[in-house]
This record gives sequence, C-alpha cells and structure tokens, in this order.
Amino acid sequence: MPLTSEEGSRKSTADPMCPQPFRVESVSRETHDTFTLNLQPAGNAERPPFSPGQFSMLYVFGVGELPISISGDPEQARRLAYTVRSVGPATQALVSLRPGDWVGVRGPYGKPWPLQAGRGKDVLIVAGGIGLAPLRPAIFHVLRNRDDYVRLIVLYGARSPGDLLFRKELNAWGRSPDTQVLTTVDYGGVNWRGRVGVVTTLFRHLRLHPDRTVVLVCGPEIMMNYVVAELEQHRGVSAADIYLSMERNMKCAVGFCGHCQYGPYFICRDGPVFSYQQVRGLMGKHEL
Amino acid sequence: MESLEPILAQHSFFEGLDAEYLKLFVGCASNVRYYVGAYLFRTGEDASQFYLIRQGRVALEIYAPQRPPIVVQTLEAGDILGWSWLIPPHRWRFDARVVEGIRAIALDGKCLRTKCEENHDLGYELLKRFVRITTQRLEATRLQLLDVYAPHV
Amino acid sequence: MQNSAGPVPRAVVTLEGLRRLIPLLERRGYQVAGPTVRDGAIVYETLKKLEDLPAGWTDEQEAGRYRLKQREDAALFGYNVGPQSWKKFLHPSTIELIHIERNGEGVRVLNQSSPPPHYAFLGVRACELAAIRVQDRVLLEDRFADPVYASRRRGVFMVAVQCTRAAPTCFCASMQCGPRARQDFDLALTEIADKGRHLFVVEAGSAAGAEILREMDPREASPALCQEADEAVERAAVQTRQMDTAGIRDLLYQNFEHPRWDHVAARCLTCANCTMVCPTCFCTVVEDVSDVTGSHAERWRRWDSCFTQAFSYIHGGSVRPSVKSRYRQWMTHKLASWIDQFGSSGCVGCGRCITWCPAGIDITEEVRAIRGGSATSSRAL
Repeated sequence: MPLTSEEGSRKSTADPMCPQPFRVESVSRETHDTFTLNLQPAGNAERPPFSPGQFSMLYVFGVGELPISISGDPEQARRLAYTVRSVGPATQALVSLRPGDWVGVRGPYGKPWPLQAGRGKDVLIVAGGIGLAPLRPAIFHVLRNRDDYVRLIVLYGARSPGDLLFRKELNAWGRSPDTQVLTTVDYGGVNWRGRVGVVTTLFRHLRLHPDRTVVLVCGPEIMMNYVVAELEQHRGVSAADIYLSMERNMKCAVGFCGHCQYGPYFICRDGPVFSYQQVRGLMGKHEL
Repeated sequence: MESLEPILAQHSFFEGLDAEYLKLFVGCASNVRYYVGAYLFRTGEDASQFYLIRQGRVALEIYAPQRPPIVVQTLEAGDILGWSWLIPPHRWRFDARVVEGIRAIALDGKCLRTKCEENHDLGYELLKRFVRITTQRLEATRLQLLDVYAPHV
Repeated sequence: MQNSAGPVPRAVVTLEGLRRLIPLLERRGYQVAGPTVRDGAIVYETLKKLEDLPAGWTDEQEAGRYRLKQREDAALFGYNVGPQSWKKFLHPSTIELIHIERNGEGVRVLNQSSPPPHYAFLGVRACELAAIRVQDRVLLEDRFADPVYASRRRGVFMVAVQCTRAAPTCFCASMQCGPRARQDFDLALTEIADKGRHLFVVEAGSAAGAEILREMDPREASPALCQEADEAVERAAVQTRQMDTAGIRDLLYQNFEHPRWDHVAARCLTCANCTMVCPTCFCTVVEDVSDVTGSHAERWRRWDSCFTQAFSYIHGGSVRPSVKSRYRQWMTHKLASWIDQFGSSGCVGCGRCITWCPAGIDITEEVRAIRGGSATSSRAL
C-alpha cells in the first residue's frame, strides 16, 4: 500500500502517548490461536532498537492498544516481530491484520532480561505457553553470542502438542552445540510421541550448576510460582539468579496510568522483568 | 552378561542405601526390553514389578470408554515406574504404553515385599524413596489440574 | 517561583485591593480559576470577578457529609476544601490524546490539541499545594513526563490561601502538609474578616507575585497584624482528625492479611468517590472510539479508579475481584507503596475521601484500627 507523506511526522515523537506508524509485513500462524506479526516502520523510518524482554504498545486503528512482548531477533534490523495469542476482541483484531495494514507502535518499553548477568554462565530458560515469545529474543541473543555463555537450556511447557510455539526453531535450537531443549505438554494425545507432564517435571532431566546458572522464566504466574519453588528448594538456585517476567494490566506503559501496579512496583516502569529477589514477597499474595 | 549392581548404585533412587540392601535389590533385578506400542502393564493386572527406565519413553494412560485414552504423564530414562506392587491389592492402576523403545531394569516386587515385611528397616528405606516420587507426581498432577495455559482460567 | 531564606516582609491589602487581582492576572494572559458556589458545593471554576468567590459561605464537613452554610461575615475563603481539586485543570478528567485520520490507504496521527490556557489558581490551600507537588513527581518527574499535565502545569500562577479554620475531616497537620503554605506559591493570602475589618495579609513567594502585589495598593503589615494572621493559621493546626504515620509503610505491608480489610470491605461500596475527589489519585484509562465510516478514530483518556474490577483486568479476569483487595490496594498504595514508588506519601491529609465517602469510611480510622490490631489480631475490631 502507498504511504502518505505524513507518516513518521516528527511532531509526535516527543509525546510518549503518540504511536509511531508501522505497516504489517506479514502475519504467520504459529498455532490454532497464536500468530506472529512482523511489522516494519512506515516510510523509510528506522525501527527502534530493543533488548530481549521488552514490550511495545500495539494500537489497532479504532480498536485499542495492547502491550505485546517483542518476540523477534534483536539483530533483525528491519522489522519488529510480535507473537500474539488471540484471547479477546483486541487481540483478535491484531491477529486479523493483513500485510500492508497500518499499526501504531509505542515503545519498546520495560526492563529487559539480564543477559549481561548471564555472561560466562549457563542460561536456563523456562517458558510456559505464550511465555516463550518474550524469551525468544533472549535465545536468539545467546545463540548469536555463543562464546559469551556456557550452556543454553530451554525448558518449554505448553497445554497440548498443538499449542507448542516455534516447533521448528525448538528443534533447530536443540541441535546447536551445548544447547539442550526439552519440551513437554500438559495433555498429550495417543499419537504424541513427546513428553507429557507439567513444565516442572522437566527439571529431573537436568544437571544444574546452581553457582553458575542464570534462570529466565516466563509463563502464567501460577506456573512461575511452581518453577521458582522447584529451583530454589530442590535445585539450589539462589533467588538473585532467577528472573521472571511479570504481567499486569498495562495501559500507558510509561508509568502514569497506575494500572500495572504490583506492590511497590509498576510493571511497565520497574519490570516486566524482575529478579525473584525483588518479587518473592509478592508472588504468593492473593489479589495483590 | 553385565552386572546390574553399578547401574543401580549410580541411580539417584538408591542413593545413600546400605550396600547390603543394594545387593538385595540387585538380586531381584533383571534387564527387560519393550518395543514401541507394547504395554509394560495394563490396568487391573497383577503388579509384581517396578522399573528403572534406562532408555526410551513410556506413557501412563487412563482408559476411558468411547474416547481416546488420557495420557497422564510420560516417563523416560532415569525415571522409576510403578508403585502399585507395594500397595495392596497390588494391581496396576494405569496402562503403561511404550512410546519409544524401552530398555529397563525390572525389579521383582513380590520378592521385595516379602523382604520388607521381614526387615522393616529395608521397608522404611524403600517407602521413603517411593513417597518422594509419589509426592512429586502428586504435585505435578495438581499443577496439571490448574490447566494454567487455558484461554480463560 | 522562588523562596528567599529569610522572613518575607508581608503586606496588607484591603478587599478593594484584592478586587484588582483577577483583572491584573487576566491582563497578563492568565485564565483565573478558583472557588465558587455551584450545586450546593464550593467548586473550582473560571473566575471573572471577585464576586464569583463564595463570599459569606462556609462548609460543614464530616464523614459522609457536606453542607454549605451562610456565615455571619462576608469572608471570601471561610471554608475548607470541596469535592474538586486543582487536578481538574492540570490532569483533566477526560481529554483526547490523539486522533487518527485514515484517508484511503494513508494514515495520519495528530496529537496537537489546542494549547491549554495559562492558569492562575486563586485560593490554593497548603494541602493542595502539597497535592500538586505529589502529582508533579508522578506526572512530570519520573522517567516519562505526561505531556497533557506538563503543558497545563507549566507557569501556573499560584495564589495560596492560608487556612484559618480546619474542617473536622482535615488532617493535613498529621501529614505535614499544612495548614500553613510555606512554598510553591506566588502569593499567599491570610484573610482577616471580623469586627468590621476585611483585610488580607499577603506574602509574595516570587518576583512575579511581588510585581502583582505592588499593583494591589499594598500597605506594610504591622507586626501585630502579622502575628494575628499567624495565630489564626495556628488555630487551624489544631485538628480533631489525626493519622499516626510512624512506620506506616511497613505497617501496611506487614498487614496485607488483616481482619480489618474484611471489616472495611463490608462497608465500602466501591463507588470510587474517594479516588475521584482525591487530589493526588492520578490513574487513568484510555478509550478508543471510531466513527462508522472507519476513517476517523480517537483515543480518549479519562480518570480511572482502582475500585473498579476492570482496573486490574488481564485476560482471564480481574486480579482484584474482591472489595477487600481493592480497598487494600487503594489505601496501601496511597500510604505505603507510594513511598517506594515516588519517595513520599500519596496522602496530603485534605480529608476529601472521608467527606465524600457515602459510607463515611475514614482513612485515619482504618489506619488506627490496623495499627491497634496489628499485634493483637481481631480483638481490636
């Protein structure tokens, strides 16, 4: 589609609430309800740099705005990728976009995964469901900078075989040197030859070095609760080496709408990535 | 034929076990192989063994009429399979279907049951180890029940 | 605005002198906003003349109660704070953030709404200056600045009024936010209206304030008159409601589970009144609208409240479905996590949430109950 000259106008850049114009390059189906959108800046604008773990606010014309984690490769200079699970009207509108459609993008925002802290260590990634999406850029980063890290271990749990995201990539990652990828599903049919069992059951296959491991976890909060309990109580990993990506209702992403409060934190400003040390006192609390 | 003693001794299940007891287990152990699609056991059958899986993958299934069986969990290399032999009435509560060819060490439960009745210290050591496994499986099942990835919890 | 270190020489102006203030400000391009009577309450509106002020009115306030009453004198500022605060102007309850035009295949994002007026606020109380400081911290001085607030806040001319009475709902003294306004104003007035006198002791807090004051026919205020004004403000410091803020952050964090939350939840209607009248509550939500042709879309921002279930909605449901959790969130945020987030309490002790709660829930009482009961469980209830 042709682009108008107004796109990328300078005037709006100072306003943190004003989206930048992007166009849909492609939409690919990952599973029955999850899609990856590849977006490019409209006109010849540069795409903003991002760090693994950050998110953007994606605005669909007239429908609304949503916080979505960036799921693509940080070194892929031309585009931003977002993996979206369709769970309501706004996400449905997002995944129904077609190539060439206009999308407003704000961000990237938020604290990224501590990939610096992981240098010289094993990186253990634990993902549940759509939680693999915000971890995917971190996996790309580690694989691209392989000498900076020792082992890469990816544990991934999904609801069913049909819900597993990035299956081809998971296989490819698993064939990389010093990389172990274990997947499991909560419910497997009779034709499924892979593992059945919740993601925490994968830990029994690992030999961890708790003194030189950094763990990145993303998934439903309840799943993360079980994961950190397993890591800390049974695997000897210290809370300071575990990082979690938390979720709350984010409306502005810049710290002044108040929605994403989590105890003393704003998820958008102080997260979404937190060390477990920061949030351990909050995680078990009901209705916080 | 290779001795099974070093294999058992190195397995975490037997970690910290008195050497004398370990010999007892070795005496009850035998190598077994199962091919894809075979069943190690089926619901209701006499449970007289447990397995230390060395290779392959086995699915624990519950049969439900007029629908495909439900796979509760898969077990693989390093896992211990089966505790029904320990608890009366000593009948399997699942079907165990081989998903990937299985090599395992089978341990004779009937023989162990008798020895545990005679020697409660041995029985305690064994029960401690099985309670740990059952607890882990129960916890995993609870998390599974939460269906954490469902679209609307 | 600047604040000199030494004691500021104060002037006295008459009612006639004060009458010049609004025209003087208007001539300098300000739109003057201040208290006026509307719908049985004292609210903040644009003022055109001195007569727009609530001369001869006062208010009666208690938990869940607000009434206007005629005074025996013609005092202009003889009341305390009403249901509105200055966030009405600085952080508007509804505002269009952007509008987007789709023309064929081109899309245009416009965010330039008409520039806001230059405001002069007349009649700002000490607690309200404190509240503006609190909102400045949130909306201007964090990592990002809210352009809406920034454009309105910049260059506001502040005419403070020193309180000479405290409503029964006031507890600014406990929060160390009043009753005396000591900084962040251009002019501060202390009204003396009795025995046939109607005078204003005026302190200039900035060069701009001093310049305006010079045109209000000021005379030097005698030490006796200054003392009389100071004593009047000191009387307002004697307040029936108090809040013990010692260690309050840890107190509330440690009492996340406390039977008092169930007690207050049984009374709270989750009407959100407290958050609407609170001068520091800043939460907003964004609404997207589009026209039927699909060529025009707007994003509107409006005040939101943590008392709604939708406030904490993530797919699957609200994080805080219970009334208890929402009241706890509000009060714990206001008095505890605000300190972690922004370095100060979010409460200035204005008492609006007490007055305007239809159930008469009193935040000072809730703190007292949690403090009293924190060691001894539910017997303190």
